[in-house]
This record gives sequence, C-alpha cells and structure tokens, in this order.
Amino acid sequence: MSRTAENYRGYNFAYLDEQTKRMIRRAILKAIAIPGYQVPFASREMPMPYGWGTGGVQVTAAILGPSDVLKVIDQGADDTTNAVSIRQFFEKTAGVETTTETGKASVIQTRHRIPEAKLQANQVLVYQVPIPEPLRFLEPRETETRTLHALAEYGLMHVRLYEDIAQHGHIAKTYAYPVLVADRYVMDPSPIPKFDNPKMHESAALQLFGAGREKRIYAVPPHTKVVSLDFEDHPFEATKFEQPCALCGAKDSYLDEVITDDRGGRMFVCSDTHHCETRRCEGHLGPLGMPVTEAAE
Amino acid sequence: MNPLLVAEGLSKFYGARIGCRDVRFALEPGEVLAIVGESGSGKTTLLNLLSGQLAPDSGAVRYRLRDGRTKNLLDLSEAERRLLARTDWGFVHQDARNGLRMGVSAGGNIGERLMGVGDRHYGRIRENAMAWLGRVEIDTGRIDDKPTQFSGGMRQRLQIARNLVTHPRLVFMDEPTGGLDVSVQARLLDLIRGLVADLGLAVVLVTHDLAVARLLSHRILVMKDGHVIEAGLTDRVLDDPQEAYTQLLVSSVLAA
Amino acid sequence: MNPVLQVSGLSKAFHLHLHGGTRLPVVEGVDFVVHQGECVVLGGPSGAGKSSILKAIYGNYLASSGAIILDDGEAPVDVVTASPGAIIALRRHMMGYVSQFLRVIPRVPAIEIVAEAARASGFSPDEAGGRAGRLLAHLNLPERLWNLPPATFSGGEQQRVNIARGFAGDHRFLILDEPTASLDAANREAVIALIAERKAVGTAFLGIFHDAEVRERVADRTIDVTRFSPVREIAA
Ligand SMILES: Nc1ncnc2c1ncn2[C@@H]1O[C@H](COP(=O)(O)OP(=O)(O)OP(=O)(O)O)[C@@H](O)[C@H]1O
Ligand SMILES: [Mg+2]
Ligand SMILES: [Zn+2]
Repeated sequence: MSRTAENYRGYNFAYLDEQTKRMIRRAILKAIAIPGYQVPFASREMPMPYGWGTGGVQVTAAILGPSDVLKVIDQGADDTTNAVSIRQFFEKTAGVETTTETGKASVIQTRHRIPEAKLQANQVLVYQVPIPEPLRFLEPRETETRTLHALAEYGLMHVRLYEDIAQHGHIAKTYAYPVLVADRYVMDPSPIPKFDNPKMHESAALQLFGAGREKRIYAVPPHTKVVSLDFEDHPFEATKFEQPCALCGAKDSYLDEVITDDRGGRMFVCSDTHHCETRRCEGHLGPLGMPVTEAAE
Repeated sequence: MNPLLVAEGLSKFYGARIGCRDVRFALEPGEVLAIVGESGSGKTTLLNLLSGQLAPDSGAVRYRLRDGRTKNLLDLSEAERRLLARTDWGFVHQDARNGLRMGVSAGGNIGERLMGVGDRHYGRIRENAMAWLGRVEIDTGRIDDKPTQFSGGMRQRLQIARNLVTHPRLVFMDEPTGGLDVSVQARLLDLIRGLVADLGLAVVLVTHDLAVARLLSHRILVMKDGHVIEAGLTDRVLDDPQEAYTQLLVSSVLAA
Repeated sequence: MNPVLQVSGLSKAFHLHLHGGTRLPVVEGVDFVVHQGECVVLGGPSGAGKSSILKAIYGNYLASSGAIILDDGEAPVDVVTASPGAIIALRRHMMGYVSQFLRVIPRVPAIEIVAEAARASGFSPDEAGGRAGRLLAHLNLPERLWNLPPATFSGGEQQRVNIARGFAGDHRFLILDEPTASLDAANREAVIALIAERKAVGTAFLGIFHDAEVRERVADRTIDVTRFSPVREIAA
C-alpha cells in the first residue's frame, strides 16, 4: 500500500463510516456476551485484499478512538510489510499514535502471535482470523457445524485429535490448536502457535477475533477460562524449545528459525521482536547476540 | 409388556401424496421388526418418523428412555433427541458413506460416539475400538485405515461397530445389505443376527428383501401406498400371507 | 390336570387372491386334545390338511376360526388370538417344532444351530453346548461335521441337525412334521428312542409320521384328519 494521506482525505475517522462501525460494535458486544461464539457480521470491502487481515482491520477500526495507541504485529514482528502497511493505514485514516512497545499499546492487532509480555486490563488484542470454524475440516456443512456448536456436540473435535495421535503418536497440531472457552464454545484461536494458547487463559486483556472473508467476529472477555482440548492420557503441552533465543538468551519465548547465510547457517530467535529488543536493552545476551548499541545502528 | 417404542397413528403427507398413514405398533425391547414393501410404499418415511428425523402431520412416537420415562419424541428438545440418537440409538444406512466419516480412520469412526459422550482417554477409546473391530470381524490391524480403503461389506460392518459402541437399545436399519454381493450379504446378515441376539437389541429394519426379513426379524409390517396392509409374526406373514398384495410380494420371490 | 393342547372348532381356509380369489377350505371343526406325556399322531391322505393343522398350532398359519389353547401350567394362551410377541414367547418356552426340512442358516455351524436353540429356551451357554453335543451324538451325526454349516450336508444329515435343534430346548410340547421321512432305519430308531425318553419326562407330542412302523411305536392315539374335511362346494 503506497497511498498517501491525501488518498484517505474525505474518509471518516479510521476509514469506516459510523453506521458500519456501529454494526461491527454490536457484533463485538454480542461476541463478548457469548465468549467463543462466532457472531456473523456484514464484513465490508477494505482497501486491501482478504488474507491481509481485513477482519482484524475492521474490528480495530470499529474500536479505535483518537486517544488509542496502536501496535500491529505479524508473526510477532512489527516490521513486516503486512504489519507496517496496517499500521500506516491507521496512522493515515485515524491519525492515532502507533508504537512497537507492547506495554504502551492500548490496541494490538496481531496475525499469528500473542506478545510475550503479559497483557494488561486496559489492553485489547485483535486477532486476524482466516478460518474461524474449528469444525470445518471435519464437517463441511455450515448448517451442521452451527448445530454442533448450538448443542455443544464436540465429540468431532476430539476425533480430530484422536486421528493425530493414531497417526503420529501424539497430537501433532502445533498451531490453530482448538480451545474450549468458558466451558461452552469450542473456538479456533486463529493460527497462533499452540505455545501461545496458555496466554489466552484468564488474560486480563480483552481478546477480539475478526474473520473478514468468512464474516465472523468472536471474543474472549478478560479473565475467561480458555482450555486447550486434549486427552487424559495425552495432555496438552505447549511447545518447548531446546535452546534459548540466540540473541537475547530468553528461555521462555517462542522462537523462529532464521537462516543466517547461504551455507545453511541458521539460528533460533524470539519471534516477538519487541520482546527480544527489550531484553537485549536490559542487558540479556544470547550465544550469538551482540550488545544492543551495536545491533541497533 | 413394557414397549420401548410406540407408534401412535403416524401420518405424514407430502402435499396430496401420502408418505404414510395411520401407522400404529409397539416395539418391545429386543424385538426385531421388519418393514417391507416395494419402493415408494413409505418405508423410509416411516423410519424417519420413528427416529424423530421427520415430524408427523398427526400421531406420535413414544419412546421409553433409559431412565424409565416415556416421552413423545416431539416433546424432546433437539439436543435431547440428538443425544438419544447417538447414545441409545443406532443408524445403519444402506450406503455406508451416509453412516461413516470417510475421511476418518476406522478407529476414529468407532471412537466418535465415545468422545461424543465425554470419553477423554485415548487409550481406552482405542481399546474399545479394537474390541469392536474384532467383534465385527475386521482385522484389528486395519484400525488406522480409512473406510475408503474398505470393501462394501467391511464398511457395513464398520458402520455397525460405530453404532454399537455406546450400547444402544434400538437400531434403525435401512436396507443394511442392499447392494452387496450375495456371499457378502450372508456373512453380514449372520453377524447382525448374532449381535442382535447377544446384545438384546431392538431393531426397526427396512428392507424389500423378504429373505433378509425372514432371517432377522420377529415381526413384519407390510406397507403399500403408505398404509400398513398386513402385520404379524414374520414366518406367519411370509408362509400364510392374507392380503392380495402380500401374496404377490411373497410369490414374486423364490423361496424367501 | 388340563391338557397341554386343546384344539376346538378350528378351521383353516386359504384365500388365493392371485388366483381369482379362490377360497380353498382345508379343514373344519377340528377338535382334539393332547395331554402331558402322550404322543398324538395325525393321520390321513396327502393333502388332507395334517401339516396345516400343525402349522396353525405353531402360529405359522393363521387359523380361520376356532381356538388353540396351549397351557404351560400357568397362563393358558389361545394361539389364534395371541399377539406375535406372545407366540414368540410360547415358542421359546413351551412349544417346539421339527419340520420336514432344515431351513439352513448360512455360515452357522451345525452344533451352533443346535446350541442356539437350547440357549433360546433358557439354557446357559455351557449347558447349551453340552446338550447340543449329546443330541448330535445320539443322532449319529459324525463329529467331523459338527463345526461345519449344514448347507452341504446330505438330506438325512441335515434332517438330524433339524431334529437335534427341535429337541434342544426344554419344551413341554413338541410338534413333529414327518421328522423321520429322510432317515435310514438306524437313525429312525434313534429318533424313536428320543421321543420315548421325552415322553417319559412328560413332554407332549403331536406329530405326523408316514412310516407305519414308526407311527405304531410312538403313537398313543391316532387322529384321522379326514374327519375334519370341509364340505366341498364342488364335488370332484
Ligand atoms: N401356504 C399355503 N397356501 C395355500 N395353500 C396351502 C398352503 N399350505 C397348504 N395349502 C393347501 O392346503 C391343503 C392341505 O395341505 P397340507 O400341507 O396341510 O396337507 P398334508 O395333509 O400335510 O399333506 P402331506 O401328507 O402331503 O404332507 C393342500 O391343498 C395344500 O395345497
Ligand atoms: Mg404335510
Ligand atoms: Zn530473543
């Protein structure tokens, strides 16, 4: 997106008109009232293609106020094309302050990650969701999946996990790992790594999920029980990493594999770039890390 | 007598056409009732009415629940009816594709009902699935294979296992041996006969195959144009049919 | 003591709807009783209606009128008006039937066919298995055949499985429709012995035996069913 601020002149605050925002807010309120339940909404065309987070963008646009501070991450990073363009979009259409600092943001829009820093009560995490229906792969009929949710018939969800164990000896699903919200609705947490699942449980922040193409919004209100599905004899386990972050030495953050040269060199580093930077500023150093003054030139 | 299921004057019309009219009978626990008649005579309509998948225009189906209460199926909530359908009932379809998840392994197919009623122990679910595969004479080594890799006869047997794993008291069968080779049919019938007797299952069996009805059922309802035109003990109806239509049905097959 | 079976005013006619609605009367005014421990034999020429009477008593044919009272010592049941469920219960606990031919059940081994009949009338699986073995042995069925399905057996072998099945239960009333027709002399003897043994413990029999010698030896009384011939509308 290379539009200038001028392109957006004449648009309403945060791009969407107030009518549309009201409609989306109503859907959000309903979603908060029924944790984990997918609320249909009239998804609008946005000046970006589906798959670029139009669901999340619409939710953000509907909740954003002039005094909000916005952070946008994509797979944990603030600096990918996707994150940058969404951030710029709101800078231009809403003029809100943006940040990369997790603690400073009041609204964080994310694709595929939850920040490592514990979220606070005054924060809202907005997820971009490609496929909101956790039962979709097993039951293609929309009428039937709706009934299954309505009646809390979730045996099928475990069939999926059963198949995993039968095939791989363990539950092989590592992202978009299904959860049960508030003991009632089974929910797809969007393609976040299962590593992040425990962070959703009893989070102080409000979590909103927007699926643009599929026209669904759902929510996990603050301090809500979120349990990852599993079997008694194959309990849920968050991914663990054998080595610490190569840059900041963190042992408890989610790591991405990064190729360092064209001879097959690689290293594992925090996927949450802000978290990694913060730690390095605080003086933590990993095996391949350099002091932050040099790294940040 | 304490019937499991009672049909009270069941009628269903499709516009001016009669789906079925004024059907009444009582099914005892452990009893196998065959519904026979030519295609279009209302057999499947009746089956759908009995299993609550279709609402009658008049009449009622009363079912005695496991807790002893007898309820009109229409008075059950959707959730109650579906719970009943996947615990206390079974459905064996002519086309296994309607009764199985073709993309899920044999073990997953059998385990689904167990997981549906809250079993969360993988090892136990698998053990149970193994036992049922053995019981329906499918090599337990095939537990992780998908039904797409199974023969028609195996699919039917898997369908049966998938249904019986929750120990239902009533099983609805719609042409369970239709479309199978004669020798495969014989083996399947034999298996069904054995399971029905061992488990004391009540069965409502829709078939146009009188030999199947004779082998499996205690009692027969003969349907024509949506009406039950003759009913009685299976061997009595087949050996001494009273109605012209039944005599025609019986005489049209070689030694049912 | 009440008779085990009391037939009164029984008539049977067939309506042949597919043949211009012809009414074919077979028997009328059938009256007789069978007591505990006796063997009553129905006699008469072919087509006289002997088998039809047996089948009506067993509930296999629907009587056109009359009463067929079976008394198990507790609650007498009229087969003519009984529900299918009541007839199934009677067949399980009270009356057995040995037909002229075995109706083969595919794939089920001979011994299992017999044992199943024993279980159905209330014997435990172990008892049923033992009983089945003793009966087949008594009827001289070679042991190598016991675990095979009878589909490929000879007529006489099949018939012995059939007889064993009929005697496997603990019925106090047994109906026999020419059970010895396809048997050789030695096996006929075995059946005669079996009947005598059961009569001695009080079992009542109603049967048809074409073989005069067998009939002589097992029958306490013979009833000629031509007595019950309907008055034919058209003289032959
Ligand atoms: N199911 C039936 N439908 C029509 N007619 C029948 C049926 N069963 C018997 N009949 C007729 O009833 C009459 C009596 O037959 P049944 O078999 O009772 O004679 P039977 O005395 O046992 O003769 P047999 O000594 O030859 O066995 C015959 O005319 C027979 O054709
Ligand atoms: Mg005869
Ligand atoms: Zn790091």
